[in-house]
Amino acid sequence: MAKYGLRTIAVLYLFFLLVLPVGLIIWRTFGDGLGPFVEALTSASAVHAFQVTLTVALWAVAANTVFGVGTAVLLVRHRFPGKRLLNALIDLPMAVSPVVVGLALILVYGRFAPVGGLLESWGVQVIFSTPGMVLATVFVALPLVVRAVVPVLEELGDDQEQAAHTLGASRLQAFIRITLPGIRWALAYGVVLCLARSLGEYGAVAVVSGRLVDQTQTLTLFVEERFQNFDQPAAFAAATALALIAVITLLLTKLLRPKG
Amino acid sequence: MAIEVRDVNKSFGTTPVLRDVSIDVESGSLTALLGPSGGGKSTLLRVIAGLEQPDTGTVRISGVDATRLAPQRRNVGFVFQHYAAFKHLTVFRNVAFGLEIRKRPKDEIRKRVMELLELVHLEQMADRYPSQLSGGQRQRMALARALAVEPEVLLLDEPFGALDAQVRKELRTWLRRLHDEVHVTTVFVTHDQEEAIEVADTIVVLADGEVEQVGSPAEVYDNPANPFVMRFLGPVTEIGGSLVRPHDIEISTEPVEGGTSATVSRVVRLGFEVRVELQVEGRDAWVQVTRGFADQLALTSGDVVSVRPAPGARSLVLATV
Ligand SMILES: Nc1ncnc2c1ncn2[C@@H]1O[C@H](COP(=O)(O)OP(=O)(O)OP(=O)(O)O)[C@@H](O)[C@H]1O
Ligand SMILES: [Mg+2]
Repeated sequence: MAKYGLRTIAVLYLFFLLVLPVGLIIWRTFGDGLGPFVEALTSASAVHAFQVTLTVALWAVAANTVFGVGTAVLLVRHRFPGKRLLNALIDLPMAVSPVVVGLALILVYGRFAPVGGLLESWGVQVIFSTPGMVLATVFVALPLVVRAVVPVLEELGDDQEQAAHTLGASRLQAFIRITLPGIRWALAYGVVLCLARSLGEYGAVAVVSGRLVDQTQTLTLFVEERFQNFDQPAAFAAATALALIAVITLLLTKLLRPKG
Repeated sequence: MAIEVRDVNKSFGTTPVLRDVSIDVESGSLTALLGPSGGGKSTLLRVIAGLEQPDTGTVRISGVDATRLAPQRRNVGFVFQHYAAFKHLTVFRNVAFGLEIRKRPKDEIRKRVMELLELVHLEQMADRYPSQLSGGQRQRMALARALAVEPEVLLLDEPFGALDAQVRKELRTWLRRLHDEVHVTTVFVTHDQEEAIEVADTIVVLADGEVEQVGSPAEVYDNPANPFVMRFLGPVTEIGGSLVRPHDIEISTEPVEGGTSATVSRVVRLGFEVRVELQVEGRDAWVQVTRGFADQLALTSGDVVSVRPAPGARSLVLATV
């Protein structure tokens, strides 16, 4: 009996927390057929939000992939003073609220801050513009690639890389021909997670973007803004689109997991 | 000289692992680095390959100072104890790796790789992945891969360490034959004295980071430089304060000149050989005799006998403790 009791509680818990809300969003979205859904997502603002989201996410994923692989190699293969500190710092974004991240970025890169002012004089606007949003997204998704790659790199060991060296391969050649294929599944897993996180980021981006409609509005910001303006069909359509992307990435990670 | 190692010191943290190590490896020879676990054999091999930097001292390969040279510039072949096979590449691509790095033409690579696979009897396995090979096959693949780049020296770290006894013996003989065919200067690490004696021309005994003795298998076996080497290279027993090989002891039922009196505690028949266990001056000792000789003496436990080192036998006097 206790077994059934626990099961019922688990199912009910998930139902009210997950299935009901998401189900209702989808219900509302498609309640009047596909037409309104397509219409809502093809409005100029929605398309623009899509573009902004994609641009920001792709830059952020690219930056985090390069940084993530580099840092993972550094952490696993090298010994240097400050290694433990670096290791601890990488997880920091997980602990800090995204809103704090956004505010901190404004303090450094805002128009009236020293660094931001300097960049501004060179014609680069960071805050309320794409660079700031990329920075914010990079920050919140920072640990994902590193943490996916580190254990696999450790397990792989450096035997194969050393063998490659004795066969004449330079560091770069050994990395490209031996290390990269060895971590490919873990890397793909980390990249997909990073992409999902980047597409769904709200808090930090909300602060640094200034939420300028048709300029710095990402898809998540679009959902919120439409909802506040009582344009529920658009809000729900965009929310469903986000949820679909999440489901797809979830499936992708499930596919990548066992091999990594 | 193919390899000259001079006064190499190496520590990990504060632990010294190599202490003033100097060895010469002759061109075309097959040298064994023999020693107990943790003695620094792998470290020395890795220093020669450039995978580890010595703290002091120099390494010359074919007369060229290689001490500060990166491993990829030393032109050495290295075979790792656990194969270090490139898991994502086929056997063919594994062996071709060094040649691909050197950007050799495709058909030349194909020809050379197939030749090598034939040499190591893996021509049927070219399209398999390492995970589809047995341990012995993987080891032979690793050997072919190292030979592909025509290294000046071939370094093998316990090449057969991870294999079972039967395969080990086969590969040993095979390595000896391969070396006689290819003639590349080879250094291999082992902690198995039988393997070293059977395969190598020269044995370097390394213990606690120091070279204890260098010589041919017969030299180190028959004329060990110290009790450690004598113990490490074969069975020993202690009689009258000296270290003697158990097959170098004469045993008789009558008192003999220069003999020590002993009591037989057990007679163990091991096929052709018989192991006679003794009590000599309150210590355990043992003598190895042939079966015929044992039958002739008809020893049983409790008998009192006389033992002495055979004339011409090498024995080492132990410092009295
Ligand atoms: N990278 C390392 N960092 C710290 N200590 C090391 C390292 N590599 C080896 N050592 C130490 O150096 C000593 C010698 O190691 P080495 O691997 O050379 O021994 P070995 O003779 O090859 O032993 P085995 O027969 O067990 O392989 C050991 O005490 C080992 O713990
Ligand atoms: Mg070793």
